[in-house]
Amino acid sequence: MTALLTVTSIETLYFDRIYALFGVSVEVRDGEIFAILGPNGAGKTTLLRTIAGLLKDQPKKGTIHFAERRIDGWQPEAIARLGIVYVPEDRGLFKELTVAENLELGLWGRRDEAVTKDLDAVYALFPILHERGRQQAETLSGGEQQMLALGRAMLRRPRLLMLDEPSLGLAPRVARTVYEALGAISRTGTTILLVEQNARLALGVAHRAAILEAGRVVLEGAASDLAENRDVREVYLGIGGVEQPPAKTWRLYRKRRRW
Amino acid sequence: MERLLQYALTGLSAGSLYALVALGIVLIYRSTRVLNFAHGDIATVATFVAFTMLTRRLPFWAALGASLLTGALVGVAFYLVVLVRAQRRGANLLGMVILTLGLALIIQGVVVYVWGAEPVSLPFPISDTRTYSVGLVVVSQLSLATMAAGLLGSVGLYVLVQRTRLGLAMRATSENLMAAQTLGIPTRLVLSVSWAVASALGVVAGIFLAPALLLDPFFMLDPFLKGFAAAVLGGLNSLPGAVVGALILGVAESLTGAYLTIQFKNTLAFVIIIVVLLVRPEGLLGREFKERV
Repeated sequence: MTALLTVTSIETLYFDRIYALFGVSVEVRDGEIFAILGPNGAGKTTLLRTIAGLLKDQPKKGTIHFAERRIDGWQPEAIARLGIVYVPEDRGLFKELTVAENLELGLWGRRDEAVTKDLDAVYALFPILHERGRQQAETLSGGEQQMLALGRAMLRRPRLLMLDEPSLGLAPRVARTVYEALGAISRTGTTILLVEQNARLALGVAHRAAILEAGRVVLEGAASDLAENRDVREVYLGIGGVEQPPAKTWRLYRKRRRW
Repeated sequence: MERLLQYALTGLSAGSLYALVALGIVLIYRSTRVLNFAHGDIATVATFVAFTMLTRRLPFWAALGASLLTGALVGVAFYLVVLVRAQRRGANLLGMVILTLGLALIIQGVVVYVWGAEPVSLPFPISDTRTYSVGLVVVSQLSLATMAAGLLGSVGLYVLVQRTRLGLAMRATSENLMAAQTLGIPTRLVLSVSWAVASALGVVAGIFLAPALLLDPFFMLDPFLKGFAAAVLGGLNSLPGAVVGALILGVAESLTGAYLTIQFKNTLAFVIIIVVLLVRPEGLLGREFKERV
């Protein structure tokens, strides 16, 4: 499989002095689901926003190639037009607009014949969106909002779909529905780059994954390998033998990670 | 009774002008979160362009078109050349508001330099003195035209914002700029359109106000402040609110002048601002300032 997105040792800074990403390199291949895991503040969202071009003058160093074109430093609108669709953590919905209007905005710039077909496909995947078409997006439940965000993203016919924590704030059952939909979207041939804290869900659906900690990629590999990794199991999945710290020194104890 | 109706009608006519001004202020506030203090002055310079053309005996429609275009161009140029750059360098909202104040002063200077500070009268095809009797009240041709312009401007803006794809993009951009960008909506173009339309609405107000009084470099200051008060009254975020607030303000002002004292007429707008901010800060039709977490 060929690489669709190649991020090469990028450095992103906030306010020109606070490092958020320290030379991160990631390669997302055509057609796969790539998951980025990591704790709060690791730089996961920053990575997605850097790729989407939403951080002015970032990345400071390194390059981003998409489909063999160098895109770092481009305007977000231009990057979006290449087919990179970013669904932010807050889902980026227009809450004062109706569900149908939100979907219509997803069709912005499309003049092809397949518009109705794609709209039907979205309604088939998420029938609830059709039912609630005239409702303000704000009135939807969290899960429905995420479905709307996904549906709207699909209408853009993304070549690369970037999702930031799609399971955030959702009940486990709803989160699973969203992830099933992700699997269905992936099977249509869409490449997905996924940022997630819920490692179990993400590793269940992803082909490959990377772990980001404090702005660096510390581990990368096939999702199934990562799911077997002892540290990942312990820290991210919460299973496997957690070593009990010796009672006397527990205050000083910090689990040593093998990366 | 006749007196009440007569004054209410005068108030509606003034309110229509305030509505045009307020709509422009709200449109720009909604889309860029900037309070445009140069709104009145953009209208002033455009009205003076119309004045020059009309004194050279060019047709009214040409003068109207040219002044609308002037207003729109000044608004867009200011947005693209000054505000966008300031934003890119990380200017905060207060900084940008001050920039609009700067633009206001620059325009005032230019107008005084080019046209002089002497009040002039705008040759206008619609008469201020020809009147019609409608039932109990008398209405001048000019107030009829003013109300028609206010109505046309409001309805036109409503259709643009609510019924067209461009309007949908405008609403989307003003609500969530980042999301609009990631959807590939050309937000800079959309915001330029907002500035152009807002400025043009102000110009319409200027053109219809000028024949009722004399034209001088500062003639839009008062209607601008009234429009601002109307926008606050209706809710700075709400376009329908701007119209409602403007009509209420216009009528209230006229009735105050008639029944209380004429000296109080101009103070009323600011009394209204203070009361609204104390009682209902989001305005009559504005959405409450609260975030759903």
